[in-house]
Amino acid sequence: MMNDNVVSFFSDSPPYQMLNEKLSWLLNFDTSGMLTFVIYFVAAFVIVNVMALVGGLGTYAERKISADLQMRQGPNRVGPFGLLQFLADGVKMIMKEDIIPKTSDKYLFFIAPILCMVGVFATLAVLPFSSGFTLTHLNIGVFYVLGVSSLVGVGIFLGGYSSNSKWSMLGGMRGASQIISYEVPVTLSIIAMVLLGGGLNFKTIVGAQGGMPHEWFIFHNPFTIISFVVFFIGMLAETNRAPFDLPEAESELVSGYHTEFTGMRFAFFALAEYVEVFVVCGVAAALYLGGYQVPFGLSSMEVLHTKIGLPMAPAKMIGQFLEIGGFVTKTVLLYYVVIWIRWTLPRLRVDQLMTLCWKYLTPIALFNLVGVAVWIYLFNGESMWNLVFKTGAAAAGHH
Amino acid sequence: MPAYNLDVYMPVVILMVIAIVMVVGALLVGKLLRPHNPTALKEQAYECGEDPVGSAWSNFNVRFYVVSLVFIIFDVEGALMFPVAVIYKKFNGIGQGGLVLASLLLFIGVLVSGIVYCWKKGDLDWVKSFTLESYHHDRDQAQAERKTA
Repeated sequence: MMNDNVVSFFSDSPPYQMLNEKLSWLLNFDTSGMLTFVIYFVAAFVIVNVMALVGGLGTYAERKISADLQMRQGPNRVGPFGLLQFLADGVKMIMKEDIIPKTSDKYLFFIAPILCMVGVFATLAVLPFSSGFTLTHLNIGVFYVLGVSSLVGVGIFLGGYSSNSKWSMLGGMRGASQIISYEVPVTLSIIAMVLLGGGLNFKTIVGAQGGMPHEWFIFHNPFTIISFVVFFIGMLAETNRAPFDLPEAESELVSGYHTEFTGMRFAFFALAEYVEVFVVCGVAAALYLGGYQVPFGLSSMEVLHTKIGLPMAPAKMIGQFLEIGGFVTKTVLLYYVVIWIRWTLPRLRVDQLMTLCWKYLTPIALFNLVGVAVWIYLFNGESMWNLVFKTGAAAAGHH
Repeated sequence: MPAYNLDVYMPVVILMVIAIVMVVGALLVGKLLRPHNPTALKEQAYECGEDPVGSAWSNFNVRFYVVSLVFIIFDVEGALMFPVAVIYKKFNGIGQGGLVLASLLLFIGVLVSGIVYCWKKGDLDWVKSFTLESYHHDRDQAQAERKTA
């Protein structure tokens, strides 16, 4: 089975094959497995570092945008425009004394931030940055993201439970119930997109869409627009972002599930949260907004190689970078909306949260799922634009 | 068709290991840099400056349990719908979409009946409605039951 990812992207190139031959000859065994591991490791390392940077810049963006919305300056002392603020914060965090409450469960206290980090970072494996530079296109892609990201919920609950503090316990309980509740509408919305895409693999789902907005799944039919809204609201709740930040509601629960965590342990909870927001924005972009697709097929080999006449290898590279650009642009725009919402809407009450999830979003998501399924059956999977164009063309043909 | 290559799962393991190493490594490096002078006050659980009263590991509101039960039902149903969703487009292409659509609708029908049942039972209400009328009603009913018993 051809799996088009970083490894196959590099293993097609002549330098790789030369290196593999030389190494195999030198070490007397087939080194392609070893090289696969090396490529995976380097790519994973790069992506983790970029994501840690994204998490850091996320905190900076959060403060800058909130300052902008409140007509303040925001961080502006460390580095140009305060850009290095997150590094200063990191240095501060690592210098802080590590305090573990005497009455806490030490073992669970230690693994709670680890679970959050593992849950978030493992989802990066399938995040489709581009058709070639994705770490791996698992054939269970979306399902894998849903499953692995649940570890974050476990981490948050254990963080609240292990501290043995009432504030933490309340925050952890709220976090657990909120995350599992909103998983239901999110899952149902994703199933609707899987129906349209015809597969769980992100490559299949993104490949079924196009570069132009009318080819995106969000505008495929009237149901998918509502589906996107449901997914987006559910996504905010899953990542504990305002207006759903009840697990860490600072005005009522001190700091919620991470009240007792100091220094780096707290920093990892925060980093996991910001990276998770980026990941779910990326998933939303891939499922609904055409993912890494670029308008007019600009990143395809037909345009870059055949029409513009670039040589094969640079054309391939430029195509990949254009796709990464497209994906990151969509994701960052969604990220901006997430921050914007945080500083615009007040926090919900717990009962409002549960009512919204179970009495509004879940029935709406179910309705959407039926709507999308019936739409595909009736119109053979055609989008509403295609139907309009077709009837238009048919009417023009009559004249 | 060749067997599915498990190599594609390698990055998953690598990323998980990197995440664990990152946390443990940062905590170990921090150990060299940070101060360490714990006092009894610092090591108390935070309760707004008061001495903590009792343990936080006590009985908790049963509503959270009900939510998790409802969630399990819905999540299992969702998980079972994924395989059907994957093959739908392919089956629709060869004119077998009606079969898949029917099974999908049957499944969703089960889900809808489940949510209607929970709604009617009041399991989806976080705050149970409580008015003077409902109080009197419940009291009268309990008295009537006691009389018949």
